Amino acid sequence: MKINGTSYPAPGDPRRLLSDHIRHDVGLTGTHVGCEHGVCGCCTVLLDGAPVRVCLMLAVQAEGHEITTIEGLAAPGEALHPVQQAFHECHGLQCGFCTPGFVMSVVGLLRQNPSPTPEQVDEGISGNLCRCTGYASIRRAVHRAAELTKP
Amino acid sequence: MKPAPFEYHAPASIGEACSLIGSLEDAKVLAGGQSLIPLLNFRLARPAHLVDINRIANFDRIYERDGGIAVGALARQADVEDSQLVARVCPLLAAATRLVAHRVIRNRGTVCGNLAHADPASELPAVLLALGGHVVAHSARGSRIIPAADFFTSVMQTRLASDELLTEAWFPKSTGRFGIAEESRRHGDFALAGAVRYGDRLALFGVAPTPVLADPRDPARGLQPSADLEATAEFRLHLVQVVTERVFPQ
Repeated sequence: MKINGTSYPAPGDPRRLLSDHIRHDVGLTGTHVGCEHGVCGCCTVLLDGAPVRVCLMLAVQAEGHEITTIEGLAAPGEALHPVQQAFHECHGLQCGFCTPGFVMSVVGLLRQNPSPTPEQVDEGISGNLCRCTGYASIRRAVHRAAELTKP
Repeated sequence: MKPAPFEYHAPASIGEACSLIGSLEDAKVLAGGQSLIPLLNFRLARPAHLVDINRIANFDRIYERDGGIAVGALARQADVEDSQLVARVCPLLAAATRLVAHRVIRNRGTVCGNLAHADPASELPAVLLALGGHVVAHSARGSRIIPAADFFTSVMQTRLASDELLTEAWFPKSTGRFGIAEESRRHGDFALAGAVRYGDRLALFGVAPTPVLADPRDPARGLQPSADLEATAEFRLHLVQVVTERVFPQ
């Protein structure tokens, strides 16, 4: 499997969750693990370009697929990805635990729908839980990200 | 929360998958995994073998068959939701799929897996029942069609035999009047009660061990919904009236 453009072998143990593989075997700890049963959305990454929750996938299932994690959105020292930039500008994060999952979900949302309505934004982020920032500023960040993404 | 040990199999064809699930003791089929993997993580399910069907080619087709829509075992809910064909031939299926969990879950979750999982609070089994659709089951013994009315037997129980693989779901052409309404505590949660309408037919979900057909004029008759932390039985019966009125507006 390729993660952020680099090839990695699948783990030998088939019960290794993709979330644990990304964090513990590959060492990319930007993907956070919250609930481990698909509720909180913290572990969202892009699988072949579409957001999925990696706590609900076995690592062996990712063989032959391309994964983008939060680390793959912008290289160190380079400009932030527009969605990261928007979260920064709009105070879309406080403690930051849920942020990588939100950002990856929003990257997927805007790829599917570059100009979402307020209702579509709410629907788009409804699968991600935040317990401290508050959704108002996250919502604003999504709308700002849509502006920044427009050509 | 990690799955208990299991042996992993990734067959490349339907035949290979059927021979595996027919010969292995205590095997479970893994499609989208959006219900099964949480059960494994919680160790509520501890199958000895997992048969991952995701490597089977052309198993994700969405196509017209017998005037309706056939959905292959690996067709993701998001693909069904976005399908022009589904929107044209079976718009109720598209509308219902949008209510399943969240888009990120639907990117991975499959329609057939949702049906085989047979959660009583899930939308798609009720859609299949309201429309009078069917599923196709394959095994080393051959294949058979199981009508929706026979398929769901109890909570997360279906007519599928232990050696059978659900390969396709079929939804009849349904361009007549339809509606779907549900009430849940939070967006994307399983419904406390829901109603699916097609024409004069009403199917309810979340209020019995399986989806059930009901009389739109007296939808709660004979129902004995269970109570849990989210809703009492009485509240669920009230919601049955509410969601039915929403799909059969006066």
